[in-house]
Amino acid sequence: MASERLGMAALAWMALCLAAAFAVDRSNFKTCEQSSFCKRQRSVKPGSSPYRALLESLQLSQDSMKLQLVNEVNKVPLLLELYGLQGNMTRIKINELSPLRPRYEVPDVLVHDPPTTWLAVTGRDENSVELSLGDSGHKLILTGKPFRMDLLQGRELVLSVNPRGLLHFEHLRHRKDSFSDKVSSSVGSLWDKIKSLFYREEPKESAPEDGAAGEETEPALPGDQESSEKSTKSEEVSDGPNRAEEELGSWEETFKTHTDSKPNGPTSVGLDFSLPGFEHVYGIPEHADNLRLRTTEGGDPYRLYNLDVFQYELYNPMALYGSVPLLLAHNTQRTLGIFWLNAAETWVDISSNTAGKTLFGKMLDYMQGGGETPQTDVRWMSESGIIDVFLLLGPAPTDVFRQYTALTGTQALPPLFAMAYHQSRWNYNDEEDVAAVDDGFDTHDIPCDVIWLDIEHTDGKRYFTWDPNKFPQPRNMLGRLAAKRRKMVSIVDPHIKVDSGYRVHNEIRSRGFYVKTKDGSDYEGWCWPGSSGYPDFTNPEMRAWWASMFSYDQYEASMENLYVWNDMNEPSVFNGPEVTMYKDALHEGGWEHRDLHNLYGFYVQMATAQGLEQRSGGLERPFVLSRAFFAGSQRYGAVWTGDNAAEWDHLKISIPMCLSLALAGISFCGADVGGFFKSPDAELLVRWYQVGAYQPFYRAHAHLDTVRREPWLFGEENKALIRAAVRQRYALLPYWYTTFYHSYRSGQPVMRPLWVEYPDDVTTFSIDDQFLIGNALLVHPVTEQGAHGVQVYLPGKGEVWYDVHSHQKHHAPQTLYVPVIMSSIPAYQRGGSIVPRKERVRRSSDCMYRDPYTLYVALSPQGTAEGDLFIDDGHTYNFESKAQYLHRHFSFASNTLTARSADSKGVFESPAWIERVVILGAGKPAAVFLRQPGMADTRLDFQHEPETSVLTLRKPGINIGADWSISLR
Amino acid sequence: MLLPLLLPVLSALASAVEVKRPRGVSLTNHHFYEESKPFTCLDGSSTIAFEWVNDDYCDCQDGSDEPGTSACPNGRFHCTNAGYRPQYIPSSRVNDGVCDCCDATDEYNSGFVCENTCKEMGRKEREALAQMAEVAREGFQLKQVLIEEASKGREDKQRSLAELQEGKKSLEEQVETLRSVKEAAEKPEKEAKEIHQKKWEEQKAAEKAAREQARASEAFQELDDDGDGLVSVAELQTHVELDVDGDGTLSETEAQTLLGNALQADASSFRDAVWAAIKENYKPEGLPDAAPLPEAPREEAPEPQPDLPLEQPAPEDDYDEEEEEEGDDDESNEEEPKVPPAKQPSDKTAEEDEAEKMPPYDEATQALIDAAQKAREQFEEAEKSLKEMEDSIQSLEKEISFDFGPQGEFAYLYSQCYELTTTEYVYRLCPFNRVSQKPKHGGAETNLGTWGSWAGPDENKFSVMKYEHGTGCWQGPNRSTTVKLTCGKETVVTSTTEPSRCEYLMELVTPAACQEPRDPGAADHDEL
Repeated sequence: MASERLGMAALAWMALCLAAAFAVDRSNFKTCEQSSFCKRQRSVKPGSSPYRALLESLQLSQDSMKLQLVNEVNKVPLLLELYGLQGNMTRIKINELSPLRPRYEVPDVLVHDPPTTWLAVTGRDENSVELSLGDSGHKLILTGKPFRMDLLQGRELVLSVNPRGLLHFEHLRHRKDSFSDKVSSSVGSLWDKIKSLFYREEPKESAPEDGAAGEETEPALPGDQESSEKSTKSEEVSDGPNRAEEELGSWEETFKTHTDSKPNGPTSVGLDFSLPGFEHVYGIPEHADNLRLRTTEGGDPYRLYNLDVFQYELYNPMALYGSVPLLLAHNTQRTLGIFWLNAAETWVDISSNTAGKTLFGKMLDYMQGGGETPQTDVRWMSESGIIDVFLLLGPAPTDVFRQYTALTGTQALPPLFAMAYHQSRWNYNDEEDVAAVDDGFDTHDIPCDVIWLDIEHTDGKRYFTWDPNKFPQPRNMLGRLAAKRRKMVSIVDPHIKVDSGYRVHNEIRSRGFYVKTKDGSDYEGWCWPGSSGYPDFTNPEMRAWWASMFSYDQYEASMENLYVWNDMNEPSVFNGPEVTMYKDALHEGGWEHRDLHNLYGFYVQMATAQGLEQRSGGLERPFVLSRAFFAGSQRYGAVWTGDNAAEWDHLKISIPMCLSLALAGISFCGADVGGFFKSPDAELLVRWYQVGAYQPFYRAHAHLDTVRREPWLFGEENKALIRAAVRQRYALLPYWYTTFYHSYRSGQPVMRPLWVEYPDDVTTFSIDDQFLIGNALLVHPVTEQGAHGVQVYLPGKGEVWYDVHSHQKHHAPQTLYVPVIMSSIPAYQRGGSIVPRKERVRRSSDCMYRDPYTLYVALSPQGTAEGDLFIDDGHTYNFESKAQYLHRHFSFASNTLTARSADSKGVFESPAWIERVVILGAGKPAAVFLRQPGMADTRLDFQHEPETSVLTLRKPGINIGADWSISLR
Repeated sequence: MLLPLLLPVLSALASAVEVKRPRGVSLTNHHFYEESKPFTCLDGSSTIAFEWVNDDYCDCQDGSDEPGTSACPNGRFHCTNAGYRPQYIPSSRVNDGVCDCCDATDEYNSGFVCENTCKEMGRKEREALAQMAEVAREGFQLKQVLIEEASKGREDKQRSLAELQEGKKSLEEQVETLRSVKEAAEKPEKEAKEIHQKKWEEQKAAEKAAREQARASEAFQELDDDGDGLVSVAELQTHVELDVDGDGTLSETEAQTLLGNALQADASSFRDAVWAAIKENYKPEGLPDAAPLPEAPREEAPEPQPDLPLEQPAPEDDYDEEEEEEGDDDESNEEEPKVPPAKQPSDKTAEEDEAEKMPPYDEATQALIDAAQKAREQFEEAEKSLKEMEDSIQSLEKEISFDFGPQGEFAYLYSQCYELTTTEYVYRLCPFNRVSQKPKHGGAETNLGTWGSWAGPDENKFSVMKYEHGTGCWQGPNRSTTVKLTCGKETVVTSTTEPSRCEYLMELVTPAACQEPRDPGAADHDEL
């Protein structure tokens, strides 16, 4: 068995990575220098922009402003559109006024055309126009020459657009039929030589020493010497069809053995922004890096280009599996977002005027009253498309989340089981193996909701099929799981085996649904099944067909409890450039893959989620896990951080990676528990289960070549530790579910950096080894090997936090040293919050449906608390379509705990009731009474522990949907 | 909330005994739950009103107040399972919508309807148990035979080992005797051969001298151009090939020197003195170019090769390969020691042919040689037997040294192999030796491990075999195989899986794994 698998899988991988065993082979992936447009864009230096806004062309309609920009060097006119959007947002679009061909504008990511608000010209002089943006109180000053825009609130400058003059818009052009244009890039160096020979004949002209072609310009004419420096400057930022571009691979580009034909020539766009007063920026996932973005001066920019990176490295700006071009900036006064809606390869440069300064230097600046205002500059560079950027003006973090999700949608409310524990492995070998693992969870009394099947379950990597020998009776297997109220997830990847005996392939081919090569034939790449076609998911007809493949009669043996996982959807192409698809491959509508690369995975997940939805007639909520993603992917399911490794650093990085995703709208994030590559020792595995228990998506997964690691394979002690961690997750499911509901409703992240809740506490701004779930729980899991303690920062002036395990109260703000042992998962409930739990942990979340709740009321120093609980059937859209839900609100004040509806629109019958109320930080009452409308007060039994001030009210026994109050007297 | 506190157990079992006890309490524990008294948690941690027992709220730390509900995280629920086996399940499985107890008592308030399957299960179990008992009984009988055989086999082996060791002693003596005989016979043989050789060499020398003389005379006559019976300086000078200093001419002085510092030499002095000086370079007239080279020195007579075995390393070395050796073991059963391949005659015949043949030995010498040869053969024969015997002893000792179980019941597996064919592979288990896997449709065999040790739990060490250090895996460990032994009438491999990468699991059914069947009827079924 092993040998054959090794054949396919390992050889494919080995072909990819003949290099070192456990580190990414960086040479497989481009640096900015190797990406011609990035190099060209980056070679544009700050200075006066060649762009001028033609103020006389300004056209103002009710909700937008249009204005022409012109590049004064090449005279190409651009169209600037400005929209004031409702909810304190501004949209800026820049496109060519009359491009040779349409340029790609990202479809399907915005949930709808964002509603606009009014704009008015409120001032004007010869070189500027002042606009008022709706009711938000923001003003925008547009300067004509050089073109820039400054956004103000009152007298305060909030953000500037093109302040450094880095706007660089490569217009579409015909390839010039000159000698130099015919010189292909590979011969370009020859041309270079000819030229430099020519230069040497000019005694006064020194040969260009710097090989950086971006600096080069046309040979200066004799007598033009004095002005040459100036002309250099304007030339270098121009779109002028100079020879330098040829050398930079404008019309053809080769990386390693792959040549990109670039029939449309140079098409990149770039723009810079300044954020005065901001020192902390976040977002633009996915990178294996800290939460707080670093400056990129002297290194590569952060790259956004969905790639299957084998054994990725940590703490660098390299591209990974997914991309969300949203950057957040935060200071104690304000939070901002810049959403750069472009799906082409994108690089983001970040610089800061304080980056190099020591704390002392900053203090000196401050004391001298001088120094610059701290400022962060951001520069976006994309290979094609247009400039379409949304300025999310906050001002609070919650506002930015609301703004961003108003544009791209909020997190889909996952079915409840999806928030529970998932057990995966590449691969569970056969039906017996699945049965044994399923039974193992019962034997060892560890909850588990889902068992996963990786690629080996298929018949020869033909997705939608089952290996006839290993999985001869998939329906029986699914039925067996269903009897335990468990689910299964099978993998369906977007590469389709080219095999005339495979129905899926034949249909896609005959319908012309495959992505095409630049020559119009079906594109084929190498992936798990060998030669594979890649369906064109950008085509809505293709997506509809794909969705139909998930209906119960199409996907053989599929049942209600079978859900889906889309892997390799960057797309991963083993033999393609940077392990992905050629950029000159063609999609529906004649768009190049270059234009929409980062959208491919988004569409795969979209189509799959639609399929799962449709198979139930639109009743059931889908669950689809995806590796690749883009802005808006939160609407379709979960993502994970890809192929990590069983190393402590990988455990640690899972926190900032998921936090960055959460800030960018994608809350349903997790990392492979245990690490995908390599085998964790028991300590690492236990710690990973503990961390995962408090991250949104909780799945253990492992590489084919690792030793088995089901929770019971590491001895009784470790098994008990893992069981305890998983049980903590299950007990908190009501809180997770409610928090996800909030995310769905209002776009607030589920897993949050501390600064989101404590925006004026500078200490929190760089913390990424602890985090919040919702606003009530703070977790600082142990991510260090052999740890004896952790330093937990408890934020909030005048607040208190309660240890969720010991119920001990701590005052904030403080940094608390917490000693830890192997069972420790330091977690704290915020004073003033109420967290619902289900403390009867069963074998799966579905088994807990009818179970009663325990309310944990953590009192603030003022003796108050509030919280809520969302309940529905846990798996359908009825909460949305029929308002079948309960949203309960609980508040504690004046020694009375009150339950009422938080949302009277929702109506739902739940069998669940309240078995216990635990009040943290309470004194001992004389008596406790339960009051229900229209009924006499009843006395409740209670227990009080004076050492910890924990008051436990015994069995109120009220239905969870009822209104009631409990008073302590 | 709505749950009845007590459920009189009108259990499906149509038993006359009807004991009233709280739900989820076993008969053995029912006396702890007395309706008339407050309930004290079984761990003694607190005492509560009896109404709080099974009221769906957990009051006792040990969960003992909620035997019939899911309220306590650490509680347990007792199902009577009349007709089958009683069972405790974790409280978390009470009313969880999954049927755990065959009597369906665990799902009394979940909305799920479970069927009472205890009778059916009991019947099936009894059947299965009966069948297993039958198998065990027969298997155990077979095992007795195996034990007997093993013990006999072991005795046989030990006896034959003893015999062999005894035999080895006498054989060693015999070898020594034969060695002396051989050496005694070889001595006269050697002497006779030497005499013969010497004679022949003398004869050859005489013949050679005669030939030289003839050549000298011939040369003399050639040189003596004037036929005066003397060779003069001038006559000698006609043969420039005799030039001494290499200037291309034979000067007078040089010629005189060659002639023994004389102006001429007669036939006799030419033959005795001059010829020796010039014969190396002298070219007979008439054949100036194709001068016959001076006679190749043929002093070395073809040595009659003493019987040194000409080691041909190649084939022998192959046999030293571990795998081959072990592969061989199965088949050849170690009975016959490995025979080195027949000695190849050396490739010397051509040379020998060229050499002059030594005249045959005279009769007396030949007789001595024959006698010595016979002694040699006898000696070698004996030595070979000794080697074979030593090999047999070694293999017997090895076999005896294996741990074949407490009563040697697994001895019969030794030197056997069992195969299992799956859809993709043929698996081969050769107990106490190795496990391998071969693709069904061609391809190289993969070693899944060689015999390591018994690896069962302490109380049942002989239930698991471990084979280790097989072929390495890519980025992984060396392959290894765990073989689980279960009781059965036949010896057969029933399954092979790879539960973890490169870690294989095989199941071998064998009578040797059967335990003595327990007294039928001792099996307790339920407590009622």
